[in-house]
Amino acid sequence: MMEKSRRSFLKVAGIAAIGLGAAPAMNFAALDSNGPALPVKKKNENALHAKRWGMVIHIDKVTDKIAKKISNACHIQHNVPDFTHEVDTQKFPDIRPVNPDQEIKWLWKEKFHYAFPDKGDEFLAEKFEHLPFMVLCNHCKDAPCVQACPTQATFSREDGIVLMDFHRCIGCRFCMAACPYGSRSFNFRDPRPFIAQIDPDFPVRSKGVVEKCNLCAERLAKGELPHCVEASEGALVVGDLEDPESEVRKLLKEHYSIRRKQSLGTEPSVYYIV
Amino acid sequence: MLEIATKGTKNYWLWIAFLLIVIGAGTVAYLDQFFNGLMITGMSRDVSWGFYIANFTFLVGVAAGGVMVVIPYYLHDYEKFHRITILGEFLAVASLIMCLLFIIVDLGQPVRMLNVLLYPTPHSMLFYDMIVLNGYLFLNIVIGWKILEAERNQVKPPAWTKPLIYLSIPFAIGIHTVTAYLYCGLPGRGYWLTAILAPRFLASAFAAGPAFLIILCYIIRKFTKFDPGWDAMQTLSKIVCYAIIANLFFFLCEVFVVYYSGIPGHQSHLQYLLFGYHGYNALVPWMWSGFILMTVGAVLLIIPKLRRNYILLPVACAMIFIGAWIDKGMGMISGGFVPSPLHHVTEYTPTGQEIVITLGVYATGFLVLTILYKLATKVKEEVGG
Repeated sequence: MMEKSRRSFLKVAGIAAIGLGAAPAMNFAALDSNGPALPVKKKNENALHAKRWGMVIHIDKVTDKIAKKISNACHIQHNVPDFTHEVDTQKFPDIRPVNPDQEIKWLWKEKFHYAFPDKGDEFLAEKFEHLPFMVLCNHCKDAPCVQACPTQATFSREDGIVLMDFHRCIGCRFCMAACPYGSRSFNFRDPRPFIAQIDPDFPVRSKGVVEKCNLCAERLAKGELPHCVEASEGALVVGDLEDPESEVRKLLKEHYSIRRKQSLGTEPSVYYIV
Repeated sequence: MLEIATKGTKNYWLWIAFLLIVIGAGTVAYLDQFFNGLMITGMSRDVSWGFYIANFTFLVGVAAGGVMVVIPYYLHDYEKFHRITILGEFLAVASLIMCLLFIIVDLGQPVRMLNVLLYPTPHSMLFYDMIVLNGYLFLNIVIGWKILEAERNQVKPPAWTKPLIYLSIPFAIGIHTVTAYLYCGLPGRGYWLTAILAPRFLASAFAAGPAFLIILCYIIRKFTKFDPGWDAMQTLSKIVCYAIIANLFFFLCEVFVVYYSGIPGHQSHLQYLLFGYHGYNALVPWMWSGFILMTVGAVLLIIPKLRRNYILLPVACAMIFIGAWIDKGMGMISGGFVPSPLHHVTEYTPTGQEIVITLGVYATGFLVLTILYKLATKVKEEVGG
């Protein structure tokens, strides 16, 4: 018995030793005249850069039609599930009924007194009652969600964008409790049956992780503007908040703007020109 | 020592079998949640924490409540608690196991749980909660086990248990303080954003934990030959009384600040819980029942004659325990999420499946508690108390 376990231990140890040696050996074998064949990080030359990304929303330019166009552009390209979408029961035969309160949204319209609950004046200018206010992640400078996340799955990038690693998120939803803007959604179920056409350019999330607007970081990296900006007919503008010459800063210099719950000190990067 | 748990009466085995059946049902319900996601719960985008986290929060309190027997015995040499300190420590162990299970069943991606260790994040309060909860669990297992073993062998417990016992006191305060910090440090949630949250949590913990301990003493008296001691139970009931009054007082402070200042972001939550908000009032009867139970329980314990009544004491304790469970469980968690940060109202009720999973976790805790209490009472019987 003793002898046998000792032998099997040696066997396992031997295999483990071979395994340890394998990685350097394979790297050596993969060497060619250009040096080691390791993955190289290369930045796209056309990538758009900013010291701190921000967005300005022209409230007067957003109609209900444009609002819908903006939301759709964002949600369709980011594989955000639409729970009103009719499920292909041949592909997904055992689909369970939907709880509409478990919806997922990144960018959507709200009435003024919901978008700005602390600014709901008793005698509000009438036009504000009906205007669609687009709300999304504010990419706060001091983001409470980043502070709350226990795994750094949510993090602030150097350029101010608050990003998420969907593969690190453990689904504790602490960030959802922390966000003062209700900008985060949780995948209570597998989103696939509710995506009409999966966009292969962006990852589909799995059940059990949180998600939110990423300011189209994947597009900025390719030198393209966010989907919402392209769909907005000039109502949404993104740019560098730290650059006094940027378009967003020029707009903010000329117009009066407000931010959502700025008294909380999170420093939201989305401004609304009213 | 564990072999003691393998011998028992028919009732003992029936109880164990019952717990195993509930655990089995909970496991089946959980497996379905594991494969299909948290869609099976009543939680939503707006109310993103529910019954699991509510019970977690409450049970952290029950675990911390164990310190109410440790402090008098070890810091003040209060001899009457000699027989029941082990019960407080083992109650803490069972409660903490339930707490950790509630966290796990609440996770969307439980298989990634160890990411919390792989990417330690000191600016997240969950990081500290993990440290203190596991630390307190470890301390109580080691202390409880070693002291019981020493008692069985009729020797003094090893000297190194003493510093661990002293360390367990700040840990007990720590688990509930950090659990309160999970909530009260969030800028957008008016109901939780109050410095009195941690003291209030501790007050209700020091009421609920010892109240449950008194009920357990009754059960032990009925089913074993070990007597935890009427005097000890009476002292415990005084602790429960003061603590629940402190909890009610802290709550009234909260009510005053919220209603007198009248700041809508803070007021709307209490309004929802106590009177209903824009026609939504699912939790109103719950909250009032909770406060009536706690208040009546406190009155029963204040009056010496009623407190000394053998029949009335467990009733008062049960009222306080259930009242604190409502206040800190459903009220505290749901209340914080309704209305949402955008002042939308989405109400929350747990689904049947969510309740079955919750019961499964409770049954697991009670199984641990039963076995540990079986060991403790048997050893006490052997050595004659």
